[in-house]
Amino acid sequence: MSGDKDIAILGVGMHPWGKWGRDFTEYGMVAARAALADANIQWKDVQYVAGADTIRNGYPGFIAGATFAQKLGWSGVRISSSYAACASGAQALDSARAQILAGFCDVALVIGADTTPKGFFAPVGGGDRKADPDWQRFHVLGATNPVYFALFARRRMDMYGATAEDFAQVKVKNSTHGFTNPNARFKKINVIEDVLNSPVVSDPLRLLDICATSDGAAAMIVCSMEFAKKHRALAENTTTDALCRVSAVGTVTPIYPQSVLELPDIASDSTAVVPAPARKYKDSIAWSAYEQAGIGPEDLSLAEVYDLSTALELDWYEHIGLCAEGEAERLLRSGATTIGGKIPVNPSGGLACFGEAIPAQAISQVCELVWQLRGQAGDRQVEGAKVGITANQGLFGHGSSVIVSR
Amino acid sequence: MSDSPAAASTLTRVPIIDGWFTDDVHAPHLIGSKCPLCGTFVFPPRSGDCPSPFCDSTTLEPTPISRRGKIWSYTENRYTPPPPYVPTEPFEPYALAAVELEAEGLVVLGKVATGVLAADLKVGMEMQLELDVSHRDAEHEYVVYVWAPAAPSTTTTLEGGAA
Repeated sequence: MSGDKDIAILGVGMHPWGKWGRDFTEYGMVAARAALADANIQWKDVQYVAGADTIRNGYPGFIAGATFAQKLGWSGVRISSSYAACASGAQALDSARAQILAGFCDVALVIGADTTPKGFFAPVGGGDRKADPDWQRFHVLGATNPVYFALFARRRMDMYGATAEDFAQVKVKNSTHGFTNPNARFKKINVIEDVLNSPVVSDPLRLLDICATSDGAAAMIVCSMEFAKKHRALAENTTTDALCRVSAVGTVTPIYPQSVLELPDIASDSTAVVPAPARKYKDSIAWSAYEQAGIGPEDLSLAEVYDLSTALELDWYEHIGLCAEGEAERLLRSGATTIGGKIPVNPSGGLACFGEAIPAQAISQVCELVWQLRGQAGDRQVEGAKVGITANQGLFGHGSSVIVSR
Repeated sequence: MSDSPAAASTLTRVPIIDGWFTDDVHAPHLIGSKCPLCGTFVFPPRSGDCPSPFCDSTTLEPTPISRRGKIWSYTENRYTPPPPYVPTEPFEPYALAAVELEAEGLVVLGKVATGVLAADLKVGMEMQLELDVSHRDAEHEYVVYVWAPAAPSTTTTLEGGAA
């Protein structure tokens, strides 16, 4: 499985997720240096830096590509900065991919890092911004992010018979996957009772059903296939791991009418005049990637999906085509999505073990695929992994799905 | 959102946000926008371009939105949301519901009437728009639209022929 639109991933690196309370650029530097070392590439050889935007943290506005170019030492490198909420890291990868495939550069650094406040995410900046939908949903309704996660969870319960135990089982599975992951923040194996005994935040979701907000950073070195082959030939004696390639980066936006009420909207689009598209938005994210790569869900070895809540992981099983709508609980209960099962989901431990570091998260999903495909994932290794997919969704009509193969 | 009639009488009643609903105590309704060209609906209301990629209209017109619909999903907040939410003291858990409005093809998120919690709700349940007090300050009583369980279907003829 290889295409003429593939690029290679030469190296990946992360700074462990946590609540470290330091400048996010420090985390980014650790991740960047780890990715450079993993790729056996010098900073001076990087021709392009694609940054995923970091917001808040005392900086005015959005900060990304140039911040890390300066931190690594100004080299005249060209940069880009991408904002796509939780999908920012994949948009940055897509930007680097386009530069490489167009022949404008051979080697690029893709990077994202964040440091986060405690508690609920709230609108950035103060004042009454009555025309801002993000301000409106908090002020008029108190509609926090977990409110939206809970709407999807409750719908699974009433429509498909999901139970609180099913949701808890997702947390148990992911905590079991991730507890030895050196980059994970939460390293404790949870049992069902831990989840069921944690307080309800937005009914039916409990504290341990909902992902935390974290500090962290992830980076990767990507390059053209030609460069990768030459570079690896020079280092033949030391390079034995499989070469991973990016086979697809799906970054589609919704098709009107967006008939599902999604974060942070107060209402869906209207289906009164134009019917809803056959493929709803979160389905279309992964399917756009499958179409690029020329594969389907049956070809996957593993998936890293966005478990902002335990129940949303179940939604993703359906969105990425692992099972039909309404069948996710059955798939979970069968053990298929646990390491050792037919299609392990979130072998990294997912957001359940990491918490969310927004600009870094979509990149960290790709890092996990690379480690899995190279056979370097240690205790959480998915045996014989060949093809993996990531999926995530961000606010304001952003989403991404990346397919990595070897 | 509990009511104290003595205090309420001295306060000026104002909507929590301008232009989203009518302050009609008996039969309030949401105000949306409608495209004069293709007929699609938008909520919250706004001016400007039609959201449909198949329509070239650059204007939208205010329109009343159906008061009744069915629950698409629901939840209940057990913790005080952060600002700019203005909580009542002490904080009381409250439910939110996303309600499907058939005529407009919209799903609209709203608070649920005071005292009606998640345990009282179900996907598919029929709801009706009402008004409630969100919070108060020294001079104002802020009114918000809420979804409330609809009266039994025998009374839907009161909906101006909607039944």
